[in-house]
Amino acid sequence: MESISIEGTPKTPTVNFDATTGKIEIKGRSIPENSIEFYRPLVEWLEEYSSEPQKLTSVNIQLEYFNTSSSKCILDVFKKLEAIKKARNEVIINWYYEEDDEDMLEAGEDYESIIRIPFKMIEVVD
Amino acid sequence: MSFNIDERYKKLNKGEVLLAYKGSISAELITNVLGVVESKLDHVIDKSITKKKIYNILVESLQNLYHHVDDLPDIINESMDIHFGIFVISKVDETYQIRTGNFIKNDKIQKLRERLEKIKSLTKEELKDLYKFVLNNQKFSDKGGGGLGLIDIARRTEGRIEFEFDNFDDDYSFFSLNITI
Repeated sequence: MESISIEGTPKTPTVNFDATTGKIEIKGRSIPENSIEFYRPLVEWLEEYSSEPQKLTSVNIQLEYFNTSSSKCILDVFKKLEAIKKARNEVIINWYYEEDDEDMLEAGEDYESIIRIPFKMIEVVD
Repeated sequence: MSFNIDERYKKLNKGEVLLAYKGSISAELITNVLGVVESKLDHVIDKSITKKKIYNILVESLQNLYHHVDDLPDIINESMDIHFGIFVISKVDETYQIRTGNFIKNDKIQKLRERLEKIKSLTKEELKDLYKFVLNNQKFSDKGGGGLGLIDIARRTEGRIEFEFDNFDDDYSFFSLNITI
């Protein structure tokens, strides 16, 4: 299975999805006007990956900003991960937020309460 | 007195204006504006969290504007672009104000007014629940975020949103949104 490796732009995040290591990473900013277009291949990749996942899938989400248009797409990503976990695979989700950024911490807690995978909340101190 | 767009724009340009715009609202414009405002904020605000909050709300309010500008009534269409909107970002005393304005068809006013009044009336916890409900249950279109934008802005500002509708003619009104951070 091909990896996904996308460089970040001012409006879209850096993405690294690696099927051989089970490492999933989304970093940076996600504020495009139309997020569905950007996230569709990522969700499709996870769908394919879920048929043969690694024993451990390790997910790092480190977003500086994301808009509400992205928020639904990010939930779709988490729902795919939830399905992988339900099929008795280990999934670890690390949610990074900048020191004192309560809004971003709360955003992580919102997702955590919807998808029922415990998040590791990691505060990044400069 | 009937509604006058130039007078409104002038009225909004009060205080210490960081950026003011009147014209066509396009994706490219928003990208450029976000870039400019971000570097301006870097100069005027030290606290990274405040900067982030303003930036976040700016993204939502401008993209809201972008997704919801109605096509213009013919009589002013000649002098303005079809995706006409205005926005002003300014500092007033210790707060930052983001104001946006766009034309809206009169038959859409009631629904939007009810929606805004409801959002404004909710507590922090209720807004959080509504946000999660919409996020998890509502289908999103290619266009917008299923109405999450306004809820998100209300959450980040603790409901400090003011709005008004000024009648323009039989079919259109001008919708103004004023967000205080």
